[in-house]
Amino acid sequence: MSKFSKKRGKSDPEVSTASLPDIIFMLLFFFMVVTVLRDSELKVSVNTPFASELLKLEEKSLVNYLYIGRPVKKFQDVYGTKPRMQLGDKFADIAEIPLFLEKHKIKVPEAKRPRITSSLRVDGDVTMGIVQDVKTQLRKSGQLKVNYSAKKRPN
Amino acid sequence: MAKKSTRDRMKNEINAGSMADIAFLLLIFFLVTTTIVEDKGITVKLPPWSEEEPDITKLKERNVFSVLVNAQNQILVRGELTRVRELKDLAKEFIANPSKREDMAEKPTMAIISLKNDRGTNYRTYLEVYNELKAAYNELWNELSLRKYGVPYTEEMPTAYKREIRGEIPLVISEAEPTNFGEE
Repeated sequence: MSKFSKKRGKSDPEVSTASLPDIIFMLLFFFMVVTVLRDSELKVSVNTPFASELLKLEEKSLVNYLYIGRPVKKFQDVYGTKPRMQLGDKFADIAEIPLFLEKHKIKVPEAKRPRITSSLRVDGDVTMGIVQDVKTQLRKSGQLKVNYSAKKRPN
Repeated sequence: MAKKSTRDRMKNEINAGSMADIAFLLLIFFLVTTTIVEDKGITVKLPPWSEEEPDITKLKERNVFSVLVNAQNQILVRGELTRVRELKDLAKEFIANPSKREDMAEKPTMAIISLKNDRGTNYRTYLEVYNELKAAYNELWNELSLRKYGVPYTEEMPTAYKREIRGEIPLVISEAEPTNFGEE
């Protein structure tokens, strides 16, 4: 009897928490590595062309993105292979552009609204027809600042 | 009380105080090395939309640098088949007209680059052409800036300088309504 109680008293019941931060940080790193920062899933394949005269887009909150490209494999059964436009996270028609722009605009403080830029992320293999339609619609909506997204040409 | 027993002294823990420092070091390392995809591109200003037909102003032919791109992605500059890489030098020579040729822009302020493409033109080709034309202007601005102020032309330079340079060589790339011969 006394032998048992003595043994209990000897052993330390606390679990060391010193390694807890390690575990937490390991998790943090895991998530940091696997996370891809993108606001919307791309449903069209966009491989922007190369260019040299590039300008950086300054404030992310002042930029709205329009994606144009062919639907990715997963959506080809439904949407075919003709170039389509994606607004936000879904396929959209040209006619939906004004509403899309307006939705973005109301989130921006009024003083900054003239600096709103539309970033056109267009696949290099798309023909100009759809791009032209989008441009015309942007002009009609009064969104004149446009940025053709491109990659830096490697030397 | 004052004298600790041997067992108490043996029960030593690893000092976890520096753990946080190490973790933070790693965190900062990752923060620094992570490259967030940058948004870069060619910025253009579209002309405002107007319902009425633009009034046709007759321009002197020597002041217009016409660039046509067809559905086969061939480039026609002032009636001659041209390759993309020649475009920049041609445009530069046209705008600056250093040898005062009769068939080129009277002065940079009167030069107009007219760009017209087909609905079937590849976007890649279109952007390459636009890029070359923009590059021609950028190089001219840079040369002028070096000559006048001794500094290269950048977006960050004083606005007064920039305005002066842009006033002397204004960027005029006029895009016509595209033709429709080869849309897929």
